[in-house]
Amino acid sequence: MEHIIQATVVVAGSAKGELLISNEPLSFWGGYDQESGEIIDRRHPLSGQNAAGKILGVPFSRGSSTTTAVLLEAVRAGKAPAAIITTRKDAFFALASIVADEMYDAPIPIVVVPKVQFERLKSGDWLELDEDGRIVVEGKQALRK
Amino acid sequence: MIRLSKHDKSVLNGEHGPAAKMAIKIIIRMAGVYGADRLMNIEAAHIDSSLYMGDATLEFAEHLVSQGAQVVVPSTLNVSGVDEHGWGAWSVPPDWAEKAQRQMAAYVTMGCVPTWTCAPYQTEHRPHFGQQIAWGESNAIAFANSVIGARTERYPDLLDICAAITGRVPAVGYHLEENRRGQLHLPLVDVPNQLQENDGFYPVLGHLVGKVAQDKVPVLTGFDVSPTEDHLKAFGAAAASSGTVGLYHIIGVTPEAPTIAAAFHGREPERVVEVTMEALRGARAELSTAEGEKLDMVVLGSPHFSLSEFQLLAQLLEGRKKAPQAEFLITSSRAMTMLAEKTGSLETIKQFGGKITLDTCILTTPMLPDSIRILMTNSAKYAYYAPGMLNTQVIFGSLEDCVRSAVEGRVVRDEGLWNT
Repeated sequence: MEHIIQATVVVAGSAKGELLISNEPLSFWGGYDQESGEIIDRRHPLSGQNAAGKILGVPFSRGSSTTTAVLLEAVRAGKAPAAIITTRKDAFFALASIVADEMYDAPIPIVVVPKVQFERLKSGDWLELDEDGRIVVEGKQALRK
Repeated sequence: MIRLSKHDKSVLNGEHGPAAKMAIKIIIRMAGVYGADRLMNIEAAHIDSSLYMGDATLEFAEHLVSQGAQVVVPSTLNVSGVDEHGWGAWSVPPDWAEKAQRQMAAYVTMGCVPTWTCAPYQTEHRPHFGQQIAWGESNAIAFANSVIGARTERYPDLLDICAAITGRVPAVGYHLEENRRGQLHLPLVDVPNQLQENDGFYPVLGHLVGKVAQDKVPVLTGFDVSPTEDHLKAFGAAAASSGTVGLYHIIGVTPEAPTIAAAFHGREPERVVEVTMEALRGARAELSTAEGEKLDMVVLGSPHFSLSEFQLLAQLLEGRKKAPQAEFLITSSRAMTMLAEKTGSLETIKQFGGKITLDTCILTTPMLPDSIRILMTNSAKYAYYAPGMLNTQVIFGSLEDCVRSAVEGRVVRDEGLWNT
């Protein structure tokens, strides 16, 4: 089953990949291993999952102001998420992406989707995001074909 | 659409050099993200970007230096990636130390003050009420906004230095009066005075409030005792770890909250959530991941130990010795440690068998050997982050719990205050 979400673009870019999503905010500092992409916040529902190359959905970033530095390191190491979806504009994710653009010409697409639609998304869904924030969502079933 | 001043435009055109140009470009793009319609001046900055996280943060710093970056406002530096003079005594890889020191040097070259502390409010660079500043470091942001009444948005790493280089920030968030009003009302319900007087109460309360408030501005009522600055420091650090609290009000305690009406700017709270003993006990339990009595190290000083904490600790340690099987470590700034030395507290701590790490902390430099598996701490921030970042287990306790445990070489906690 396929449906389309129109997201608000924070940092533009296209990406496709499997979704890893949680309703719990995440601090990348102490929560994301920049060298592997593993979620390492042992109190977070996604603990132990790997977000490198996937599309990561969290409502917003939490806690430490070092989240941006960790995300920039992950970009440089090739272990960042392919894109990040939030429920509202997150300045920390946006900044890491903007600096990744300025330093490495490698911004990460960052988009905001309305909360109700965010909550309908599930880990394992296959997503395709375009430059204008249009997201095509294919359910888990599609992956198994 | 953002309106730029003549000065902003000249910086953007490169008239103040390539580093300032890159910095203002980032600031302006961020203004777009924040939805700001203008930039505004700041008078001071606290830079968290100095923390070495890897090759990218080092490249960013050295790139700015190579482009001639200089800060234009007084700018203090947060913890570094290494204890510059003491790292050799620990398990820090020399390659890490070398790169972390290069990153330290880069920020000093840009004209920042080498304070190397996550508690810049303990130094002579403490801002004043109403002052517009750009601070990084979550605990410092919460303290500056809430306890001092200075005005800073929550500056992430990499943006704080751009603000310091340009003296300009997007006019948004906690810089603006209307965003400083309280949103949630959290009354303490039946929390005994004896507990409120105990230092172990504040990290637990902060951990709970952070989870409830997330990124809202919480307003606390029902305090029967006046918390000290060290208590508020511990509270804010905890709330900024479990949540995203960058500003809080405590009625009758913090400067923008003389009354409930003042704290909420005359409006109604969005939500009221009672702080009960049951919720507090739950929060306290969450701060520990280990069970049993085994203990490898007691670690204090996140945020960095203050002079008054050194003095309080020295009183507790007088004439006692730690057990040989447990390490005892304090993390603090050069400035506070120097004062502790002058007042004699440091000597008492060393006699006890304690060690000091300067400039950094156990989370920001890879100093702990693999033999350290179980930590005990009075810091909710250490307790929150250590299991994921250091792969250690952790037990939270009050300062007295920590001292007693170090003396006995096993975990001992006074449960009395929590079981009323």
